[in-house]
Amino acid sequence: MKVKQYKEVLSKPLIEENPITLQILGICSALAVTSNLSVTLVMCVALTSVVSFSNLFISLIRNYIPSSVRIIVQMTIIASLVIVVDELLKAYDYETSKKLSVFVGLIITNCIVMGRAEAFAMKEKPFISFLDGLGNGLGYSVILIAVAVVRELFGAGTLMGYEIFSLVSNGGWYPANNLLLLPPSSFILIGLMIWGIREYKKDQIEPNEFKLSGHATAPDLRKKEANV
Amino acid sequence: MNDSIIKTLTVSFLVCLFCSLIVSYAAVNLRDLQNLNKLNDQRIKILKTAAIYSPNESIESQFSRLTPKFVDFSTGDLLDQYGDYDLNTYDPVYFSKQPSHSTPIPSSEDIAIVKNKENIGKIYLLKDSSENLEKVILPIRGYGLWGTLYGYIAIDSDLNTIRGLEFYAHKETPGLGAEVDNPKWKALWDGKSIYKDDQVEIEVIKGKVDPSNKMATYQVDGLSGATLTSRGVTNMLVYWFGESGYKETLKKINYES
Repeated sequence: MKVKQYKEVLSKPLIEENPITLQILGICSALAVTSNLSVTLVMCVALTSVVSFSNLFISLIRNYIPSSVRIIVQMTIIASLVIVVDELLKAYDYETSKKLSVFVGLIITNCIVMGRAEAFAMKEKPFISFLDGLGNGLGYSVILIAVAVVRELFGAGTLMGYEIFSLVSNGGWYPANNLLLLPPSSFILIGLMIWGIREYKKDQIEPNEFKLSGHATAPDLRKKEANV
Repeated sequence: MNDSIIKTLTVSFLVCLFCSLIVSYAAVNLRDLQNLNKLNDQRIKILKTAAIYSPNESIESQFSRLTPKFVDFSTGDLLDQYGDYDLNTYDPVYFSKQPSHSTPIPSSEDIAIVKNKENIGKIYLLKDSSENLEKVILPIRGYGLWGTLYGYIAIDSDLNTIRGLEFYAHKETPGLGAEVDNPKWKALWDGKSIYKDDQVEIEVIKGKVDPSNKMATYQVDGLSGATLTSRGVTNMLVYWFGESGYKETLKKINYES
């Protein structure tokens, strides 16, 4: 029974309840760090570890957190984890950390981390909270990696820096699509993914919040003039 | 009761204490590695400026091809000795912040907003196998739009032709001023001249350089949307190649070689 629950918590956020495509959280880093696959991978590892461990620690002390300061306590834990991750990156992968620059620090404000802490870790036991964080981190990673593969491959003709398509500018055949290297392209790609997933999982389609009513007929000015 | 004032304060205090311990432990323990990374990064920039960097060789051995020298800014002399300081670890930027080792620049002369200049600088000479001077690599810095840009410039053995320009730290706007890191823009500098009749004429202009212009060899395309950064780069070159910068030193190198 428990194992089944664990599996569900881990696998559901991958596609079905993906934090990016269903909940539309964590979009800003998805736009900013996906023009290069190797940078994206580091960002995914950083976010996944932060969200898993913040869930674990918050769940460990969930029964002691006074509700009046719970958000601050969550933020303190998340921020500390992010700083540790940032320090580790600066020490062991300096090049990538320079490329990611502020975006590692911005994991603190990534809605997925806060969202999972508040929605899951505050109520559930530590181990399952950890798995939930891991699942959501992986769900985020799946989308980011997919976006990054498309952007780097078609935008620069490379993957992880290795040439796949030889570019026209280097004497090859592929004219690079520079639009894909700009942040708006990931907006379009994520939009297409959301569309695709909702076509396949119809229950994700949200009901319209309001209906467009038919036009109230505006007075026809010409007729009036004719009358005059 | 979780919501009593005492409990709230205790939990907040303990969480803060615990988190600050972890953060400071990580910061202190990783500092050496981070500093080494920073140093290597700066060395790579110097090697790239000199156009001798290859990613496969160890930075240490490539860096040993460069001869560091102290520069006395008051006389322009190149020195091998300065007090007890080690030529290899001496950091001019650090000493520019020490009042006992630096001089404030009068604001009328301080076009690049350097503010304090170290009394003794450090430059690198690249020599070929028969000890002939190939290139001189000079550190430069100056204010852009948001902060100081720190970089290196390489000049040829004629001491007038630019061979490379790299910035290793700046705070300019990504996509606009931060295009100083763009390889295409950096490549424009190769072959440009600095002095004309003993005056610094090199300039980052607005727009594109017209190759038919007589002054084209002293001009570099401006960064579009980054007028202030472009102006900052010009100012810093004018300052560092001027009287209070490396001008005297370059003359002395010229006599020696």
